[in-house]
Order: sequence, then structure tokens, then C-alpha cells
Amino acid sequence: MVHWSAEEKQLITSVWAKVSVEECGAEALARLLIVYPWTQRFFSDFGNLSSPTAIIGNPKVRAHGKKVLTSFGEAIKNLDNLKGTYSRLSELHCDKLHVDPENFRLLGDILVIVLASHLGRDFTPVCQSAWQKLVGVVAHALAHKYH
Amino acid sequence: MVLSAADKTNVKGVFSKIGGQADEYGADALERMFATYPATKTYFPHFDLGKGSAQVKGHGKKVAGALVEAVNHIDDLAGALSKLSDLHAQKLRVDPVNFKLLGQCFLVAVATRNPGLLTPEVHASLDKFLCAVGTVLTAKYR
Repeated sequence: MVHWSAEEKQLITSVWAKVSVEECGAEALARLLIVYPWTQRFFSDFGNLSSPTAIIGNPKVRAHGKKVLTSFGEAIKNLDNLKGTYSRLSELHCDKLHVDPENFRLLGDILVIVLASHLGRDFTPVCQSAWQKLVGVVAHALAHKYH
Repeated sequence: MVLSAADKTNVKGVFSKIGGQADEYGADALERMFATYPATKTYFPHFDLGKGSAQVKGHGKKVAGALVEAVNHIDDLAGALSKLSDLHAQKLRVDPVNFKLLGQCFLVAVATRNPGLLTPEVHASLDKFLCAVGTVLTAKYR
């Protein structure tokens, strides 16, 4: 089980309080598809992903981004049981969606950059450290049920 | 991975906007890397890595200077970084995985200091550029 210090928990929740889940989720997913275009392979039914502008404006991208980040919110409420929290989603991503877990790491790094751009200097090195730990642990939990 | 003309324009744009503050961005990226990825500190046992360290600032300036040099010769990264590539292969031998970590921290430094600069397209180009730099620096490892 992952250990979270009181400071880490505080840094995570205080950043989360400032986050618009809809905006940041949409932005993170859009950036994933733009910065790492091969990730578009999972979204062939999303319609127009032909340019950064198309991706950013794509309503399915926005909706799915919101869904993904909402799930992050659940993780933050359950920091002491991330494997349990993500058990069902892990099976889904393996058995039905067939997503290489490396993609979770890529999205995690992108999310950190999105948070950094929204919080500016408030996103201190210790803040970044706590959040990189969180996204890493979430990625690990999502990969846990893979077989 | 190839840098397109648009990528090169985007990257040059970032560094021209950053201008004289590149040294601070370099130091910021290093500070973030040491805080976020503690294993990277193993390459600097001879440094004071505490907050505000003059050595970290100095090294940040070196790293930033190398990136600026790379940008100024973006059509020939291998040539521009050849000496540094030799140094990393023969002497420093920093494990290749660490260049990605520093790259991530440099992107975060840009995002926190100049969010408006890091549009998705520029983010993509800068990420590619930093990857390319890492590739060149590790190219002679074996």
C-alpha cells in the first residue's frame, strides 16, 4: 500500500480544490491526443481528430476528458485504497479497451503540465512531486489487474 | 522522430520568449527534478541540493545554455551537441531514462512560468525537441 504523508495529502487536496474537472479533464485529454498522436488509436469513433483545433473543439474529447478526470476525483477521496478503487476500471482497460498501461503514464504527465499551467507559481516543486507521485500510483493501480 | 518546420518555429518561439531567463528555467527544472524524482540526485552527490543552492543554479545555467545552443542549431542537433554527447557517453553516463524526467520538469517549469506560451501545439513541439535532445545526448552510449 502506498504511504501518503500529511503534507502530500494536503498538497493534493488543495490543488484539487482549485481544479475545474471539466476544463482540466478536457484539456488534458486533448493535449494527450495532440502531443502523443498515436494515442488517437483508441478513439477512432470520436469523429474529427484531424488537427489540434479539431481535437480541442471535439465534444467527445471534452466529455471523455471530464469523465477521466472525474474518476481521478474518486482516487483522491480514496488515497489509501487506490488498487481497490480502480479494480473494475483496470479490468475494463485490459479486457475490453486493450489500452497499454504506458498510456496512463503519458496522460499522468500531461495532467501535471495542465495543472502547472493553471496554477502557475503555486505549483511548487513539492506540489509537482506529490502530484507526479499520485499520477504514477493511479497509473499503477489501473494496470494492476492486467493479465 | 523528426522535427517539422512548424516544430522548429514553435521551439524557437519559446526560447525567444524566455530570452534571458533561460538560466532560471534551467534551475527551476533541475530543482523540480530533484524534488520529484529523488533517484536523479544520485548523479550529484558532490552538490548541495538544498533550496537556493548556488550549484544547482549554476548547473541550471549550463543546461539552459546547452538547450539554447541546440535551438540555435536546430537543423543539426547532432552536430551542435556532439561534444556534450561525447561527455555523457564517456564520462557522465547518465541513464537514458533521466532525460525524459528532466524534459517533463522543463515543460512544467515553462507551464508554471509562462502558461500562455505552452499552447497544445507548442507543448507538442517542445516535447519532441526535448526528446530529440535526449536522444542525441545518449546516441553514443553503445
